Amino acid sequence: MTDHDDLPAAARARRLEERLIAAGLTSDDEIDAFLTGLYASASPVNGARMAARAWTDPRYRDLLLSDGNAAAAEQGFEGLSYQLRVVANTEDVHNVIVCTLCSCYPVSLLGPSPGWYKSFAYRSRTVREPRAVLGEFGLTLPVTVQISVWDSTSEARYMVLPLRPAGTGGLAADELTAMITRNGLIGTARL
Amino acid sequence: MRYAAGATVRVRAADPEHHTRVPRYVRGHTGEVVAALGSWPLPDDSARGIAPPRIETCYAVRFYAADLWGSGDHTVTVDLWESYLDRP
Repeated sequence: MTDHDDLPAAARARRLEERLIAAGLTSDDEIDAFLTGLYASASPVNGARMAARAWTDPRYRDLLLSDGNAAAAEQGFEGLSYQLRVVANTEDVHNVIVCTLCSCYPVSLLGPSPGWYKSFAYRSRTVREPRAVLGEFGLTLPVTVQISVWDSTSEARYMVLPLRPAGTGGLAADELTAMITRNGLIGTARL
Repeated sequence: MRYAAGATVRVRAADPEHHTRVPRYVRGHTGEVVAALGSWPLPDDSARGIAPPRIETCYAVRFYAADLWGSGDHTVTVDLWESYLDRP
């Protein structure tokens, strides 16, 4: 594994930070405080809690799918810096999220995005051959399942509501939450 | 808001010299409006420092893979600001 700090992108980002600091527009302390605040509470557990609640609470499910920001606020995630749009998997439709132009991602609800989400390969191939990409994640969908790809090109951020696995009727909210993975919320896995 | 859900739209084929949020792979292609998302500053204006930027409705527009790539049975939904679109 290459240490993140050694990557050319990290070096470019640091050079940009230095220019901004030199111009008096920000400071290392301000950047650190912003990142600390952003990542302190950002975790895929947040999105998983919302999805698990949607599995057991039809009213909440309707709210989550029609007004993601209101649903996030009900779970204590208020003031998202983006419009949250949640797309539900069904027996017939499987959703998967990508950002072809950069790496847009609902960080506060899913945590920092995985490295592969930002890779050129994932970004370019998911819109073109999602079945092959999902296959490489170990997810082979029946040909009868329609794949719906969402390319996050605007101020909206997307999250997938996974299908609830069979045989989970007796589980408590915490147990359901623990079943829901980050990849499930991106759409690169079924649960 | 110019387009309602269900409307057929064509993405402008222009290749501007400035920043834009139209992915190249949908330019010139026809899709269907799934939803109007909201109204936001047009990135093309914001990136050029045009103040104030135009505020436009942004739409989720769905394309068939077969139309985009000549093959594939999936759909791709892309968020596009109003001035990126025309009636076909």
